Amino acid sequence: MKGLITAVSGPTVTVDLPEVKLYDRVSIGHSGLMGEVVRMERDQAVVQVYEDTRGLGIGEPARGLEKPLTVALGPGLLARIFDGLQRPLERLGEAQGPFIRAGKAPEPLEPDRPWHFVPVKRAGEVVQSGELLGYAEEGPFRHWIGAFQGGGTLTELKEGPFTVQDSIGAFSDGRPIYAVHEWPVRSPRPYRRKLAPSEPLVTGQRCIDFFFPLARGGTAIFPGGFGTGKTVLEQTITKYADTDVVVYVGCGERGNEMAEMLEEFVTLTDPRSGHALTKRTVMVVNTSNMPVAAREASIYTAVTMAEYFRDMGYHVLFLADSISRWAEALREISSALEEMPGEEGYPTYLSSRLSGFVARSGVVETLDGRVGSLTMILSVSPPGGDFTEPVTQACLRNTGAFLMLDTALAHRRHFPAINWFQSYSLYGDAVAHFFADRVAPEWGALKDECRALLQREEKLREVAEIVGAEGLEDEGHLLMHVAEQVRQNFLCQNAYTEDAYSPLDQTHRRIREILAFYRNAEKRLQGGESLEKILKEATP
Amino acid sequence: MRLSEHCYATIASIKSPLLLVEAVRSARMGETVRVIYPDGSEMEGEILKIDGAAVLIQLFGESYGLDVEHSAVVFTDAVKRAPLSTDMLDRVFNGSFLPIDGRPMFIPEQWAPVTGFPINPTLRGSPDEFIETGYSAIDGLNTLVKGQKLPIFSAAGLPSKEMASGILRSARMVARSNEGADKDFVVIFVALGLTHHEYAYYMQTLEAMRTRFMAFINLANDAVVERLLAPRFGLTAAEYLAFERAMDVLVVITDMTNYCDALREVSTAREELPGRRGYPGYMYSDLASLFERAGRIQGRAGSVTMLPVVTMPEDDITHPIPDLTGYITEGQLVLSRELHQKGIFPPMDVLPSLSRLMQRGIGEGRTRADHRGVANLLYKHYAKGRDLRNLETIVGREGMSEKDQGMLDFAEAFEREFVHQGQQRRSIEETLDAGLSVLRRHGLEAP
Ligand SMILES: Nc1ncnc2c1ncn2[C@@H]1O[C@H](COP(=O)(O)OP(=O)(O)OP(=O)(O)O)[C@@H](O)[C@H]1O
Ligand SMILES: [Mg+2]
Repeated sequence: MKGLITAVSGPTVTVDLPEVKLYDRVSIGHSGLMGEVVRMERDQAVVQVYEDTRGLGIGEPARGLEKPLTVALGPGLLARIFDGLQRPLERLGEAQGPFIRAGKAPEPLEPDRPWHFVPVKRAGEVVQSGELLGYAEEGPFRHWIGAFQGGGTLTELKEGPFTVQDSIGAFSDGRPIYAVHEWPVRSPRPYRRKLAPSEPLVTGQRCIDFFFPLARGGTAIFPGGFGTGKTVLEQTITKYADTDVVVYVGCGERGNEMAEMLEEFVTLTDPRSGHALTKRTVMVVNTSNMPVAAREASIYTAVTMAEYFRDMGYHVLFLADSISRWAEALREISSALEEMPGEEGYPTYLSSRLSGFVARSGVVETLDGRVGSLTMILSVSPPGGDFTEPVTQACLRNTGAFLMLDTALAHRRHFPAINWFQSYSLYGDAVAHFFADRVAPEWGALKDECRALLQREEKLREVAEIVGAEGLEDEGHLLMHVAEQVRQNFLCQNAYTEDAYSPLDQTHRRIREILAFYRNAEKRLQGGESLEKILKEATP
Repeated sequence: MRLSEHCYATIASIKSPLLLVEAVRSARMGETVRVIYPDGSEMEGEILKIDGAAVLIQLFGESYGLDVEHSAVVFTDAVKRAPLSTDMLDRVFNGSFLPIDGRPMFIPEQWAPVTGFPINPTLRGSPDEFIETGYSAIDGLNTLVKGQKLPIFSAAGLPSKEMASGILRSARMVARSNEGADKDFVVIFVALGLTHHEYAYYMQTLEAMRTRFMAFINLANDAVVERLLAPRFGLTAAEYLAFERAMDVLVVITDMTNYCDALREVSTAREELPGRRGYPGYMYSDLASLFERAGRIQGRAGSVTMLPVVTMPEDDITHPIPDLTGYITEGQLVLSRELHQKGIFPPMDVLPSLSRLMQRGIGEGRTRADHRGVANLLYKHYAKGRDLRNLETIVGREGMSEKDQGMLDFAEAFEREFVHQGQQRRSIEETLDAGLSVLRRHGLEAP
């Protein structure tokens, strides 16, 4: 299918290709820029172009590729860094040098990298679509290979070395089996059924694990103004979360911060396995100065890879920083299409797109009968730190945990700057049993006690602001002292020190000690001892 | 591919700074055009949008004198490029990269498109080397490092001009191992929408410069669209000097608020849907396309560091200009009206200020071993003192404990002796010693 460019406006290009379908991929211009059909109008198709449209001319050729935007899924994804279209950035750098230019790019998966296949099924067996056939060891990770392109009767499954270009077996109707397949990024991958989240996703962040636990298969948002610590929190969780695979998307954010993360991840090890952190991580990076249309696609590229690992029966954590930049890319494209704008210029379908996206998280029974999960953490960057704006609101309707990052706390260098009054997690009840069984039966009671303490202190602060701290009773001073301990020694966690990761037993021990001190001190105070003496004994 | 220029006299409408030309057979996005005025003079422009045979052009200058009938447009088949050579150093140009220092244009060694290309994130080098600005509030507590982008958030009536000028004069690379570190250090100054008074002020600064420099000056009465171009020329020059000529380049841009207003003006002329406060919805991406050009590249010696000045309209940090800037840059340096009124210069409020990349650029071998400790203590005690000032307004100084009164005194001394330095330049040693001395005198012992 061939046609010509008839119009160019920002990231969109109009071509006279009447036969293409919505979401078909189109190659644009002499340099073959990639695009995707986003609108059909009589004999014209409007294409969202993933690369810089500068230099494109009217009358240049356009070619419909008769398939949608897909990603390649197979061994070799882990430890790699891709852009929003799954172009491998490291090998792109080797080919092009330090600056990214439009046009040809290497294949996403290294074509000649050797792997070793170990089948778990045998010739003669009948397999269903999505059933796992065997695996290849990808470093410390067992990479399952499945009948992801349909089932059938196996006639052959070859144990031994292979590359992603080789077939590793065949079905009775002659179809070869490859370890790699392509999947359209905008179509959720299938599973048997969804299950309710019931296990926590332990993050190693005391404030989250204790007050606002996340659930495997759940979704959380981290909204906060600039500098409130969204990126640091997401990256810290990426390092320490109790999960098998992490897919991290730097969506429209800074290049330096991605470079720093890359550098760090090579040297850090996964606290669970002891292997380099990169070995369990896939990164998708589309910085703010890379093309916006690719930024829009980046979260889909990434979530499709995340679903792929879920389908092997793994727990996958997906993080995007920031979903607001995705929404803004959607807005830029919508405005180039001259669509009717909704609130603050965002297209009216912002909310439904976002729901559709978030719905790709969850705990599932896979087609192979395993249990896998995909947990989502999305940071939100509200303009002016105003949470009533459309993106934060659309996110709120779709997510189970809301961790509000507070500019006032961040200015006081209280990190993570999670506001403990405004934030919430709807997963608390579902995962309470885990903490009671695995950590301590008193976990829930401590949580209530701590929350009540912080609330009382807040009230007291209001009083103190009027009468001055000197005007408070000893009980009040004690409460303020203890609340300060809770903030400094429990809620705060400096991401640049050893304390960045707090195992659950440590989290428990710390809060238990602070609260036990408080109970005891209150008793001694009532018994007539002086506050000064009690506090002096407490501080070593 | 067209191989030659071609000319059209089919202008359909003019709406400053935009032109609509019809019946164009072939045009490309971003292509540079030359518009020929009825009096024979010429002005450059750029293609913004193509719809069939209709082409929308943005002029880089005044549309004054242009008409529909007697003007013509020449399509050049090239994108906007910057001429580059090390001979551009120590020269002053206007926003269109033409010399305004009375000397002839230099002979370019090469040309590069002004929009640049994104740096592959996997090949970025880490920003971890200290740049000394000469101001304690920055060097000591909000350290700038090579490859960082760190804006100054100012407000109307605050001395951002004096501060920018101070940085132009005083900024240095401090490489302990290499005595001659300064010789590859260059400052590029991009001024957008300067008044004549400001122009005269900055020209004096440039004349007194000891480091090598380049300046791009767009005056308040110069074309608005040139404000969109000048920073791109500045950054293209910076990338060339940094990554092809191994220099460390500090780009100071003032004032980004004028840049954003120019962006809004063009957007309004295009009848685009306005976003917050009338600024276009793509302002984040547009600003990022400038700020993200700061950085270092693995295996190459130079660096591009940016220090843009942003004037917060109505002193409002949530206004879209400072807000979007803060979302892109690696921290912010916030000026305070209160400190200015107290006579403190630079009037920098260190509490809301932050250099996000500071941690990597300080300490043994970079600044001084005790840097982190001194900075943390100063910050902590000053924050405490500032908190107590609120209490002081309620209960009065007498109602406060002796210890608290001491903290109030410390906060005062910190502002007057550490933040305040007037016209004096401080080396990092002097900065840290000044910090230590304030701490010691208030019985707050050093780390
Ligand atoms: N847990 C933490 N421990 C110590 N410092 C922190 C922590 N979280 C954030 N910070 C500090 O706050 C700064 C800003 O954090 P971060 O970059 O995560 O903000 P952000 O919310 O992502 O901002 P933006 O929206 O501009 O990207 C960091 O550079 C660091 O100095
Ligand atoms: Mg961030």
